[in-house]
Amino acid sequence: MHALKTIALAVCGILSCSSAMASELTLISFGGTNQKAQDKAFYQPFMKTSGNKILPGEYNGEQARVKAMVEARKVTWDVVEVESPELARGCEEGLYEKLDYSKIGGKDEFIGKAVTDCGIGFFVWSTLLAYNADKLKAAPASWADFWDLKKFPGKRGMRKGAKFTLEIALLADGVKPDQVYKLLATKEGTDRAFKKLDQIKGSIQWWEAGAQPPQMLAAGDVVMSSAYNGRIATAQKEGKNLKMVWGGNIYDVESYAIPKGAPNRDLAYKYLQFSSKAENQQVFSGEIPYGPTNLKAAKGMPAQIAAELPTSAANIASALPSNTQFWVEHGEELEQRFNSWAAK
Amino acid sequence: MTATTLTASDAAAAPDERTLPLKTRLQRAERRKKLLHLALIAPLAVFLLLTFLWPIGALLKRSVDNPEVVGGLPATAAALAHWNGQGLPPASALAVFVKEMEGARGSTELASAAKRLNTEMTGYRSLIMKTARSLPLPDGSNLQEGLAAIDPRWGETRTWQVMARAGQPYTSYYLLAALDHAVDADGAIVAATEDQAIYLDVLGRTFWMSLVVTLCCLVLGFPLAYLLTSLPTRSSNLLMILVLLPFWTSILVRVASWIVLLQSGGLVNQALQALGLIDEPLQLVFNRLGVYIAMTHILLPFMILPLYSVMKGISPIYLRAAQSLGCPPFQSFWKVYFPQTLPGVFAGSLLVFILSMGYYITPALLGGPQEQMASYFIAFYTNETINWGMAAALSTVLLGATLLLYVVYSRYAGQGRNAAKAR
Repeated sequence: MHALKTIALAVCGILSCSSAMASELTLISFGGTNQKAQDKAFYQPFMKTSGNKILPGEYNGEQARVKAMVEARKVTWDVVEVESPELARGCEEGLYEKLDYSKIGGKDEFIGKAVTDCGIGFFVWSTLLAYNADKLKAAPASWADFWDLKKFPGKRGMRKGAKFTLEIALLADGVKPDQVYKLLATKEGTDRAFKKLDQIKGSIQWWEAGAQPPQMLAAGDVVMSSAYNGRIATAQKEGKNLKMVWGGNIYDVESYAIPKGAPNRDLAYKYLQFSSKAENQQVFSGEIPYGPTNLKAAKGMPAQIAAELPTSAANIASALPSNTQFWVEHGEELEQRFNSWAAK
Repeated sequence: MTATTLTASDAAAAPDERTLPLKTRLQRAERRKKLLHLALIAPLAVFLLLTFLWPIGALLKRSVDNPEVVGGLPATAAALAHWNGQGLPPASALAVFVKEMEGARGSTELASAAKRLNTEMTGYRSLIMKTARSLPLPDGSNLQEGLAAIDPRWGETRTWQVMARAGQPYTSYYLLAALDHAVDADGAIVAATEDQAIYLDVLGRTFWMSLVVTLCCLVLGFPLAYLLTSLPTRSSNLLMILVLLPFWTSILVRVASWIVLLQSGGLVNQALQALGLIDEPLQLVFNRLGVYIAMTHILLPFMILPLYSVMKGISPIYLRAAQSLGCPPFQSFWKVYFPQTLPGVFAGSLLVFILSMGYYITPALLGGPQEQMASYFIAFYTNETINWGMAAALSTVLLGATLLLYVVYSRYAGQGRNAAKAR
């Protein structure tokens, strides 16, 4: 009898019997420490209060997988964590459901950048300058110092891609945050950014996954690096002497979206509502220092945690909000130019 | 010789005429046998067709396919097909365009058409979206002026030329882009500007790196394969297991262990520093050297196995005969032994070379931007920007280049093999 059940389950798995497992929510995120924080703040309490199961999965942001599923009309994912430009593109191309905000709690509950047609932002993250305080005698204070090879000799880590790298180059060149995207949209602006990058090209070690910078910094492969603030904070908790420079950080919103044709849409909405609640977002920010998107969550936060978030008043003052529309528009052209530049 | 052949054929011809039914029966039996053979290989043939030929065909089609604008703005694409490309399109075509845009507002088809247009001209996406939002034009207004009022780019010939070109059902855009070329405003094929050109370099690099890895594998694999054949069975079996052992380990694990070994604080550098051979750690990984080391290690068994199987079949008598006739050791190796191993050398090299051409994970993890081969960019377009036309075009170029090389190579290798046989 037991064997029969196993076989039935296996067959069910192969044919993906959606009706029998309607109460299971497949939730895809980027994995790592970020997923662990989501698990603690959202998955576990959601499973407890609603009685539904969450099947967590990982991906690396490849929209091709969503597209393939939606086009083949065999969608198995219910909720997906997506970055802003991918979300905007996917929304226009019909990969994601247009959200009904009345089921989540209304648009006014959230910071403006978090509310988009197809996704609800659930945290704010930053790309900033991080360095290994054991390896550097003086502390760098800005992106301009990142370019100062004399004062701070050694390799620098940067993300392999045009996005944020070009913004950082212009910030280091003394461009004001509110002028960066205006300038980047022109040929002169991108030329200027690449010229600035040329100055330190030989000293750059490129990284691709968010887990790499803290590792490279801790191992001493690089003396400073662009990095995601949450990853550096996690490394600090583990006892690494890494420091962050908030001046000129670039922040963006990470969202949850529902792929078009998701098998458990109603449950997915319930989850979105749950993870958007102020009290749950507070738990999340306590686990990993990414800022909440619910306006009420910011108010009740302990001061110690709040100071470490990209959304704190001090940290956001000199920050550059990432321009999603710019990257949707210019992304392909600039990424190709970046690839061509980096390969020479 | 001739006599016997003649009598034999006579003998065969004579009974043939008398017992015709036997021949028919024989033929029938043969035919049945053939059908049976065909039936037996049919599953394989169908399998190959479905999993190999069909996907490749689909890929080739995808690299010239151009469905976005035709699907998103079909009537406009049809109207612009009759336009001569000079000045601005006629008012009738503009009217079709305006009407169609009004109807298509907010549709996903329009979004993908806008995305496609944006690949040819940056800014086209927002132009389309903005125009769709601003329509309809006030009643009775001049279409040309009305569109130009929404955005002055609608008054430029180039904007319409791009749409007319992108509105054809098939396009050479992706294939040309994969070869660092593009069609300019006048319809002439021109080379891409220096800061956008990349793929010819990448293709050349893919070939060069594959060649170096193949040579490294040959230089390391040849003596090892020879050793394997000359050792007694017991120790050669043990050695063979050592050669095959990496096969049973995941490629990711092997690549990750190379990082551990080769990084600046890694085992190799520590050992060299402890021995006093170097003062500063050597840069062994995240550059081309690291990629060569790891790829050679991973692909070595593919060189050793064909070499071994060929060498195993070469009788040691030839070498002994050569030496007993007074040929010096190196000469006897080079003139007698080596030519006989050529089939193995060719098979192994071809295998390693073709596998290297498609390598993705090792250069991605162990190399810098200067080490990325064609498959990196194919993955980039497939996964990150979802530009499958570009990914298919790059694959097509890689496939074409590999096939071309294979044709040249097999001709050369065929000659080599014949030469070896003649000797």
